[in-house]
Amino acid sequence: MVVSPMNYLSAFICALFTLLVVSGCNNEDKLSLSQRSIIYCAEGSPETFNPQLVTSGTTIDATSNQLYDRLIAYQGDENELVPALAKSWHVTRDGKKITFYLRKNVTFHQTDYFTPSRLLNADDVLFSFNRILDEKHPFHLISGGHYPFFQNIKFKSLIDKIEKINDYTIRFHLTRTDNTFLANLAADFSVILSAEYAQQLTKISAQQSIDTMPIGTGPFKLKEYRVGSLIRFYRHDSYWQAPAQMEQLVFDITSSNTGRLTKLLAKECDVSSYPIAHEKITEHNDLILESITALNVGYFAFNTTKAPFDNVLVRQAIAYAINKEVLLDTIYQGHAELANSILPNSSWAHDTKIKAQEFNLSKAQNLLTQAGYPEGFTMDLWAMPVQRPYNPNAINMAKLLQADLKKINVKVNIVSYEWNTFLHRLSLGEHQAFLLGWSADHPDPDNFFTPMLSCSASYTGSNRTFWCNEHYDDLIQKALKTNNINKRKQYYSQAMAIISTEVPLIPIAHSKRYQARNKDIIGNIIAPFGGISFYQVSKRTINEEKALPLSSDESNEAIN
Amino acid sequence: MLLLTLLSFSLCFLFPGDAVINISGAINATPEQLIQLNESYQTSRNIFFQYLAYLTHIIDGNLGLSMASQSVISHEILNLLPATIELSIVALLIAMFIGIPLGFIAAIKHNKPADNIILSVSMIGYSIPVFWLGLLAILTFSISLGWFPSAGQISLLFEIKLITGIQFIDILLSDSPYKWQAFSDATAHIILPACVIAVAPATIFIRLARTSMIEVLETSYIRAASAKGLTFQQIIFRHAIRNALIKIIRHVGLQFANLVTIAMVTEVIFSWPGIGRWLIVSIDQRDYTAIQSGLLVLSCFIFVVHILTDFIYAALNPLARGVKYGS
Repeated sequence: MVVSPMNYLSAFICALFTLLVVSGCNNEDKLSLSQRSIIYCAEGSPETFNPQLVTSGTTIDATSNQLYDRLIAYQGDENELVPALAKSWHVTRDGKKITFYLRKNVTFHQTDYFTPSRLLNADDVLFSFNRILDEKHPFHLISGGHYPFFQNIKFKSLIDKIEKINDYTIRFHLTRTDNTFLANLAADFSVILSAEYAQQLTKISAQQSIDTMPIGTGPFKLKEYRVGSLIRFYRHDSYWQAPAQMEQLVFDITSSNTGRLTKLLAKECDVSSYPIAHEKITEHNDLILESITALNVGYFAFNTTKAPFDNVLVRQAIAYAINKEVLLDTIYQGHAELANSILPNSSWAHDTKIKAQEFNLSKAQNLLTQAGYPEGFTMDLWAMPVQRPYNPNAINMAKLLQADLKKINVKVNIVSYEWNTFLHRLSLGEHQAFLLGWSADHPDPDNFFTPMLSCSASYTGSNRTFWCNEHYDDLIQKALKTNNINKRKQYYSQAMAIISTEVPLIPIAHSKRYQARNKDIIGNIIAPFGGISFYQVSKRTINEEKALPLSSDESNEAIN
Repeated sequence: MLLLTLLSFSLCFLFPGDAVINISGAINATPEQLIQLNESYQTSRNIFFQYLAYLTHIIDGNLGLSMASQSVISHEILNLLPATIELSIVALLIAMFIGIPLGFIAAIKHNKPADNIILSVSMIGYSIPVFWLGLLAILTFSISLGWFPSAGQISLLFEIKLITGIQFIDILLSDSPYKWQAFSDATAHIILPACVIAVAPATIFIRLARTSMIEVLETSYIRAASAKGLTFQQIIFRHAIRNALIKIIRHVGLQFANLVTIAMVTEVIFSWPGIGRWLIVSIDQRDYTAIQSGLLVLSCFIFVVHILTDFIYAALNPLARGVKYGS
């Protein structure tokens, strides 16, 4: 039998037409689903869903502010501490006892794998911190037992004990006064987990699920995770604050830079992390490129224990001879802000009175003559071998500095080792001068002053200039002990003034973090430090857009 | 089939590293597990028994673990292969519905301008490298015009449960309230990659259809029909097309192998979650177990398609059946 192919053909054409009609009809409903959801093109997969265990930015972005809350939080441009899960807190006069009063209306996520039977209470806070502190805690060694953030800030030696006063009151007893304690509790890493969920997991011996199938109190809950492909979050409807605007949040994991750009341009993602081709994005009227100066600093530093840099005049001379503007244009390609001090202007302690370092070759030459080097000298400059946000290409920067310093007869040899060797030999003090940087873990300014330049840090190796100034140390210690923010500001200003005259290091740039988004997406996503947050984000609907046609001003502002 | 399994079996010796680990993918195996594996693959006996053990594993559906992700390969393949089949079938349909009619038109207008235009266009289409065409299509249709999405099988907003693996069927089976939105979204996603894949086979269909139509038009029964006074349309639609089509059907199967190869490259460009992309990523990651099994499954698939088209050909063409029965 010969079946006529014509019949198939007509059947297929009919099917095609039906399909076209169907797709035409449903355009409006489709808008409604995408209107209620947001797609974020992320640069990588998270390693885990528990921020306590990591320091990687990708993981923090995906988890910390989406799934969890902290006892206290940062808010506003000045990064003030505000209540979060704790509705208030009290610090005793000696600063050693800190009491938190918890909110009584905080619910945990209800998901396919867990249904909470009670609200948040002190047990959850105890569980979250004892897991980190107590090596015998049943959950301490689950997922490896490494809590890098807490180990870096020596959390264990700081906390004497954590006491549960009643179900909604909890007291931290500290071994010493430490003003960064509250800042550390507000950092992205200090999240509150559910003790009830942990109990349930222990019953079914699936303890490791606590970090892979997370339960938190945050504005979104995990729905689905496919490694290397996507993370799907649903809104947490009974969130203790107003629920998030978007019903669904999808992280589309696209590790290739061009892939993220294509998806952004083709409107397949609403927001893209770390975009490339900034000019291309700004050309599009419906896209916004935004940037925020991150809390970091890239610098050129000296080994102040080695000649000729043990002489402050030589260090000042070098500072005069460096053209920072050129470095900013060529190395950071304009994606950074000129650094006048070690603190970026997004920090509350930033002092606008500190002037930019002058670029003046004759002054530099004079200083060198005064210091006894009228003919110049030869130096080694160590340049880090890896790319970091605060310095995208240290070797090239070293080459530019080489050219700059040649003008005052200083001959520069560029030295570089493999990254770990580089850090190791730096801490041994084998270097004369080096290019490196610092990224802050939390917005407290102390996170810049103490680890980078204090005397104690020069013994532990994180202060590689080996500069030790008693007056400076005194100032930052005083700043740590007072609660008066204006006084702290003054102390830090004085400390920065010392740095500018003593020049143990020359701050070069504070780099920026970039993000691109469709102009219909409203609300802050990126912050100067720490992870992104989609809690405040909403989508402008078509109708609203007609009513509000002035989005171009907004985009210009964001670009500038 | 025998050759295929032999080839894939020999690969585990040719790849660097221990053959048992290459074949099972158990890179993190404890010594006890290794002993067990050695036993089950019979490595102590000669190569023939090893091969037999390998065959038993394949027949049991055990293709080992992926060296890169330590997931079960047979599951991954079952999830990915349908996506490739779906894409290839849609591309094949597009190629046929564009290529064959164009070929017929060229044959009917033999040696006229229309014929020359169609032939030269098909020549250009055949010579364009597929990866370049894919990128160009993304640039024009996704980025500049914004008509079609550039990546993936469906917008990530839709949650479609995997039942058959063929997206369109799964969407229809799902109970999502956004079923029809998902359906049109999936359609928009498949159009661009399918068209890119379809270009090369379509040009081949044009030429096949043209030659077979010219041949048919020169046969005596067509001349007899026109002598009987049938109109030109009647001759073409009632007699010529049917007879010309039968000659083409046979080549569709052959083209399918070609099409799957093109689909592999296209999947990478359009991030289509199919077996081609998975295989290319595995090659990149030196995931030997995955490469081995992926190659085996893909070649078996093409093999089955060839057999199927031969059956269809026989079913459609009484002459072919007659010859078979007669011989």
